[in-house]
Amino acid sequence: MADEVVLLDFWPSMFGIRVRIALAEKGVKYEYKEEDLKNKSPLLLQMNPVHKKIPVLIHNGRPVCESPIIVQYIDEVWKDKAPLLPSDPYQRAQARFWVDFIDKKMYDSSRKTWTTKGEEQEAAKKEFFEVLKTLEGQLGDKPFFGGDNFGYVDLSLIPFYCWFYTYETCGKFSVEAECPKFIAWVKRCLQRETVAKALPDGKKVFEFVSVMRTNLGLE
Amino acid sequence: KCKTLTMAEEVKLYGTWSSPFSRRIELALKLKGVPFEYIEEDLSNKSPELLKYNPAHKKIPVLVHNSKPIAESQVILEYIDEIWNNNPILPQDPYQRAMARFWGKFIDEKVLATRMKANFAEGKERELVTEEFFQQMEFLENELNGKDFFGGETIGFVDIVAIVVAIWFPLTQEVLGVDTFTEEKFPVLFKWIRKITEIDVVNECRPPREKHLAYVKARIEDLKSASK
Repeated sequence: MADEVVLLDFWPSMFGIRVRIALAEKGVKYEYKEEDLKNKSPLLLQMNPVHKKIPVLIHNGRPVCESPIIVQYIDEVWKDKAPLLPSDPYQRAQARFWVDFIDKKMYDSSRKTWTTKGEEQEAAKKEFFEVLKTLEGQLGDKPFFGGDNFGYVDLSLIPFYCWFYTYETCGKFSVEAECPKFIAWVKRCLQRETVAKALPDGKKVFEFVSVMRTNLGLE
Repeated sequence: KCKTLTMAEEVKLYGTWSSPFSRRIELALKLKGVPFEYIEEDLSNKSPELLKYNPAHKKIPVLVHNSKPIAESQVILEYIDEIWNNNPILPQDPYQRAMARFWGKFIDEKVLATRMKANFAEGKERELVTEEFFQQMEFLENELNGKDFFGGETIGFVDIVAIVVAIWFPLTQEVLGVDTFTEEKFPVLFKWIRKITEIDVVNECRPPREKHLAYVKARIEDLKSASK
């Protein structure tokens, strides 16, 4: 019986992009369903009644929600190809820790760089750079967070890059100027076909955000 | 009490006696019969070791295994389960594992925050947040669905995480003199609470009741006077 894989997603979502990269790394064929978040489908509400959010992976009719959980699930089910998490338990724990760190710190601070202005925005920029510096420190001299190989932490973090043009334009800063090592890592990730194909163009994301910012009274 | 450790295997847990996140690690280690050294942290005066082992968050619990630190309680639980594979905490099946992780995340990231808000909000906001809390408890109630424990016949990952609901929620409620989380509304959850709090090792890993009551009372007083 062939696997039936459906992904409920929203094109600029960094969490959805994680899942797209993971599925591509494993060579899994799936049906992509774009959700209109202002008009969520009955399928989404049925498959994720607790959070009503994307991404949702539906594998043979059964939903898996929350992007870190989906990616680990993908790694465990399609285990014969392209391992995403390290095989060593301690390294695995470190990988899980850093993805949790990214989800706790990166999302909120980066979001505030384009949803706020004035003093609040300045504080958000400062926090955002602190997070990037911490991550740079964790990367060290390794090519990827996973070491020699692209892995779970890399794929969880790289989707934020398609939002950098938005953060930099709204916040008036340059990540490359402050964190060149981080951008060097970004470029290494973008050399991977799975990553390059999964990330939408940064300017498209910015266009989409501009509409939201107007509605928020920020433009 | 800690047993003598050989040089081969050194396990240390940095925690605090009143933290449900710290206590759940003690429980996992005890369930697997892993000897460990426990270090009580004073959060108003964090030790150099804690700051060294968890520079990113500077929080407890931190497990140090053969000098290598692991932080974040759910990450630690998974690590413990992978290193010591007797009395497994997580299921083997990938889908069941995903479900266990989902409910664990739901409790720590949503339920706890909602409960805090519901306890301290006022007026209309209190009504709305309490309603949200009820909805969240309904999800947990339905997840139990006739099982003795979230883990099935024995306690598992979700049960260990949910002990904060079994022990900390009723205690805080007692101190605050409210009755939002009741057996009447959540009979399945309360049956689970009775079952899980009958387990010896669970009771070995809970804060002593009188000390815990006094501590929660004091913290609530602090919060109330801070908001005046």
